Amino acid sequence: MSITNATTIDEALAALAVNPKARVIQGGTDLMVEVNFNRTTIDSVVSLRRVAELRRWHVDDDAHTLRIGAGVPYAEMERPPLCDHAPALAEAARTVGSPQIRAAGSLGGNLGTCSPAGDGLPVLSALDAVVHLRSQSASRDVSVHDFMVGVKRNVRRADELIVAVTVPLVTGFQGYAKVGTRNAMVISAASACLVHDAVAGTVRLALGAVAPTVVRARGAEAWLASQTSLVGTPMVSEALAREFGARAAAECSPIDDHRSTAEYRRHAISVLAQRLLLRAATGSATALRGIRQ
Amino acid sequence: MSNEFYRLRVNGVDHEVRDAWAGESLLYVLRERLGLPGTKGACEQGECGSCTVIMDGEAVCSCLVMAATAVEADIVTVEGLAVDGEPTDVQQSFVDAGGVQCGFCTPGLIVAVHHLLDRNPSPSDLEIKEAISGNICRCTGYGRIFEAVRQARDARAANKG
Ligand SMILES: Cc1cc2nc3c(=O)[nH]c(=O)nc-3n(C[C@H](O)[C@H](O)[C@H](O)COP(=O)(O)OP(=O)(O)OC[C@H]3O[C@@H](n4cnc5c(N)ncnc54)[C@H](O)[C@@H]3O)c2cc1C
Ligand code: FES
Ligand code: FES
Repeated sequence: MSITNATTIDEALAALAVNPKARVIQGGTDLMVEVNFNRTTIDSVVSLRRVAELRRWHVDDDAHTLRIGAGVPYAEMERPPLCDHAPALAEAARTVGSPQIRAAGSLGGNLGTCSPAGDGLPVLSALDAVVHLRSQSASRDVSVHDFMVGVKRNVRRADELIVAVTVPLVTGFQGYAKVGTRNAMVISAASACLVHDAVAGTVRLALGAVAPTVVRARGAEAWLASQTSLVGTPMVSEALAREFGARAAAECSPIDDHRSTAEYRRHAISVLAQRLLLRAATGSATALRGIRQ
Repeated sequence: MSNEFYRLRVNGVDHEVRDAWAGESLLYVLRERLGLPGTKGACEQGECGSCTVIMDGEAVCSCLVMAATAVEADIVTVEGLAVDGEPTDVQQSFVDAGGVQCGFCTPGLIVAVHHLLDRNPSPSDLEIKEAISGNICRCTGYGRIFEAVRQARDARAANKG
């Protein structure tokens, strides 16, 4: 087994070009669990830990976009200044594991693992993120919706790195909510991200842990737009929010597993979607009460 | 990668790690190869925090760090906190407040609390809870641990005047 401790993206891509069987490691919070429990055989490893380029993010004011390097840790997403540019991503980041996990874990790793319960993924889906992939010979941009193809399956080719994601800067409420068996250190049993674009007049809702990949509730989104104007602050009654939640729940295909049951997950989605929509209508962001970021 | 070696800088000292399997965790290498058993291992899946070390200024689970990728990193373990063999303020407050029972979780907590107080010298109770939410203790029920952290925090504030 050999290790390449890359310091640049090009160096990492060169190592992958020579040996596409090599496993990529960033924070290690998914991969090392597999290694420690002998769940995977590893031939060689390309470590991205020291690739500074992957740790950067920047806002493009002209394009109204935010580009986040694949190696930026959750700990950075949850704090200013990054949290101000993508509040739902900050909320999702705050729910990941523990401080130790958030200091190491990244969106590149969340996308690489591609678990339907990955907390970054509903946010990327609701924001229609673009995933930037690069190999030594080519680059391509893939919509996050096309990137995720099944339970822990994505379209990344073996010689490619996920280098970054780009999301639009949206005016309007955005929030993330998750249900698990307790508050800290828990993988989602069900989760949802809602993004309200107050200028375009749209609401986008992505659901986590209730289908083989994170999915969008496009039926519920379209129905909501047909019921009320979504430009500016939306007018949302309790009844409307309840119906929106019920429609979102009808669109997912959850299963029974060791974390939860299909029935509970469906119910949780209806409640999460309803709450997020009511929060959008009242404009209430949830700062972590009492915690200075 | 037998016959090859890599270097780790732990508590300010450079160590050569030889004849190691490259997939070994930093936790394993610290304990089994470098003779630094202060860092504890229980779950080896990031859940318990007993393996917490500081790497490049961040508190991380050493069980989730592939040791051979930690070259060039500055690693601080619980052994590296005390100066001249004297317990640190945090270690002393854990003793004084009765925050240690079986002691298995203690090294990870001590590291996590040092990391907290070094960044945020006056954490609120909620901030303390948040900072040690990745460290599981099966004995104390946490009450005395919180008390120990408050004592260390208040003593630091008093010393500053
Ligand atoms: C105790 C614990 C709690 C957790 N809690 C949560 C939680 O609450 N929510 C959640 O979503 N996740 C959670 N996780 C899972 C994990 O932390 C996340 O999925 C995280 O985003 C993984 O990032 P990483 O950088 O550590 O990935 P790594 O482990 O380094 O990599 C994960 C996978 O992605 C690939 N990969 C990484 N970076 C790239 C890249 N740039 N290009 C191509 N492939 C890449 C790797 O080859 C590997 O297959 C938890 C894990 C642990 C151990
Ligand atoms: S041994 Fe590393 S977190 Fe439990
Ligand atoms: S004192 Fe025993 S686990 Fe904490």
